[in-house]
Amino acid sequence: MDLVKNNAGGKAAWVTALVLACLPADTAAARPENAPRRVVSMNLCTDQLALILADPDQIRSVSYVAHDAAASVLWQRARRHAPNHGLAEEVFLMQPDLILAGAFTRRATNDILRRLGFRVETFYPAQSFDDIRRHIARLGELLHQPARSRRVLARFDDELRRATVSNRHASTPKAALYYANNYTSGSGTLAADIVARAGLRNIGTALGLDGMVKLPLELLVIEAPDVIIAEQRDSSAAALAYEAFSHPALTIAAEKARAFVRTDNSWACGAPFTVGAIERLKAAAGTAMPKAQGGTSQ
Amino acid sequence: MNNTLLNTALAIVLITAFVASLVTGPAAIPLSQSFEALFGGANEAAVLVMQEIRLPRAILGLLIGATLGLTGAVLQGYLRNPLADPGILGISSAAALGAVIAIYSGLAAMLPITLPVAAMAGALLAVFLIHRLAGRHAGTITLILAGLAISTLGGALTTLALNLSPNPYAALEIVFWMLGSLTDRSWLHVTLAAPFMIAGWFMLFAAARALDALTLGSDVAATIGIDLARTRTLIVIGAAISVGAATAVAGAIGFVGLVVPHVLRPLVGHQPSRLLPASALAGGALILAADVAVRVIAPARDIKLGVRTALIGAPFFVWLVFKTRRELV
Repeated sequence: MDLVKNNAGGKAAWVTALVLACLPADTAAARPENAPRRVVSMNLCTDQLALILADPDQIRSVSYVAHDAAASVLWQRARRHAPNHGLAEEVFLMQPDLILAGAFTRRATNDILRRLGFRVETFYPAQSFDDIRRHIARLGELLHQPARSRRVLARFDDELRRATVSNRHASTPKAALYYANNYTSGSGTLAADIVARAGLRNIGTALGLDGMVKLPLELLVIEAPDVIIAEQRDSSAAALAYEAFSHPALTIAAEKARAFVRTDNSWACGAPFTVGAIERLKAAAGTAMPKAQGGTSQ
Repeated sequence: MNNTLLNTALAIVLITAFVASLVTGPAAIPLSQSFEALFGGANEAAVLVMQEIRLPRAILGLLIGATLGLTGAVLQGYLRNPLADPGILGISSAAALGAVIAIYSGLAAMLPITLPVAAMAGALLAVFLIHRLAGRHAGTITLILAGLAISTLGGALTTLALNLSPNPYAALEIVFWMLGSLTDRSWLHVTLAAPFMIAGWFMLFAAARALDALTLGSDVAATIGIDLARTRTLIVIGAAISVGAATAVAGAIGFVGLVVPHVLRPLVGHQPSRLLPASALAGGALILAADVAVRVIAPARDIKLGVRTALIGAPFFVWLVFKTRRELV
């Protein structure tokens, strides 16, 4: 409302004030002149971070995946922006002043856009909650939104501290992550960090696996995990990739486990909402309250 | 070599390979414990691994290997062609096409039996086409060309079907269908495929005596009371349903049906009927051995079974080409 007193007279000023009042409080307050105003994001993870950190009018386009409720947490917000398919031509026509992309995906597209003179900023997939912090801080700077990025970070730190189960001991339940084509997450992955912070021991990490690697069904079964965390299936069509999920050995192992959990769209990307994945996993695995696991202590 | 002695020796090799397949795997279960777990033991996880993962895999390997070896021996005898093999003739890739249509259309998820049925239909179509295109009296080259046409078309249509699937994983699964694998096969796959494979064996073995007679030429065979039409029906349907069922659950595994009968033929005195049981036993042993090798060499990589059999089979195929060429000259 302090905008109004700058020029008290005239109808136009009132309209401007009204319009500005409808936008988030810090929209007009601090955005400098050189802040990017036509941001095109080509990666689901940068899409969602940008939706959180940027003003809506800064974003020109997000990737089409962000519109998909199965993959994207912020799909409702994403649908207010035009989709792109990560094609150099279509992005060129949008004449962005900042392009956000994944470091591993569409490298050729990133290169050609750079050669055409666009500013392309790439982000590695977050492999831990520390990475998420760094991504938020970096994107906040790129978007010239320091105040909002500080606010998001403070809330993220607070929520993460409260979600993380710190006391771990010998009776820590074992958890197995299982994705399509028998893949699992070993150490140095966001999923392993989620599992550890939920007060569980990831068998992939325990077996010395690193990154995303195959875990033969036999090894999962022989480890007799207390919690099995399976990938959310793409229900659009059948594929052999999910064959292991209908294998009787896994079905029996899941019956013996105390919980069978499916990952959701908050696991796909590292963002502030990923803290929710810890909370939901804790609730399902029964590790939410530390005293609940005292059953077999000796 | 004495026939009984040969078959006994091959049976021992087969049993050894079967046991080796049971005790091989990424989960390190001590030898004594693994056999105990096979019949139910204290360690629940080990029981699960042995009974639900390794046993069905080994049984399926044995059945599929035997099917491929036997079919190869029968087709080589019947078509009087040393290069006849379910893979080379395109029967496997046509069966894979049928299986792919059943799985990725979602039909197999609703009604599992449609999986082997669709694969058998594909295989039957291929055998029928081979018969129409080449027939029994075609030369080696005509037969191979006909097989090449069918397997290329089958492979292309399989790739097309997988690429059209909205599931992003489907397109990558072309590897499974082209090369075959026994990874994570379960009792469900055994019950789906075994009855058809075994029914196919009965039909193929029923043609054994006719194959012996046919080595003297079809006219002579007819005069000594061989029903040629019946023999053809037995072989066409027997080969189609056994290879179709095998491919439906493990993909197209090549070269077994080519190599095995060739290696054994001199040992059985070039008599087709004696070649059949020996080829079945050796085929089973070869697949089991290849499946053990797959799990011992780079176990985490899930190397496809067909890669192993092709590594053995392809050089053999080259040697065979040279030999055939020498004979032609």
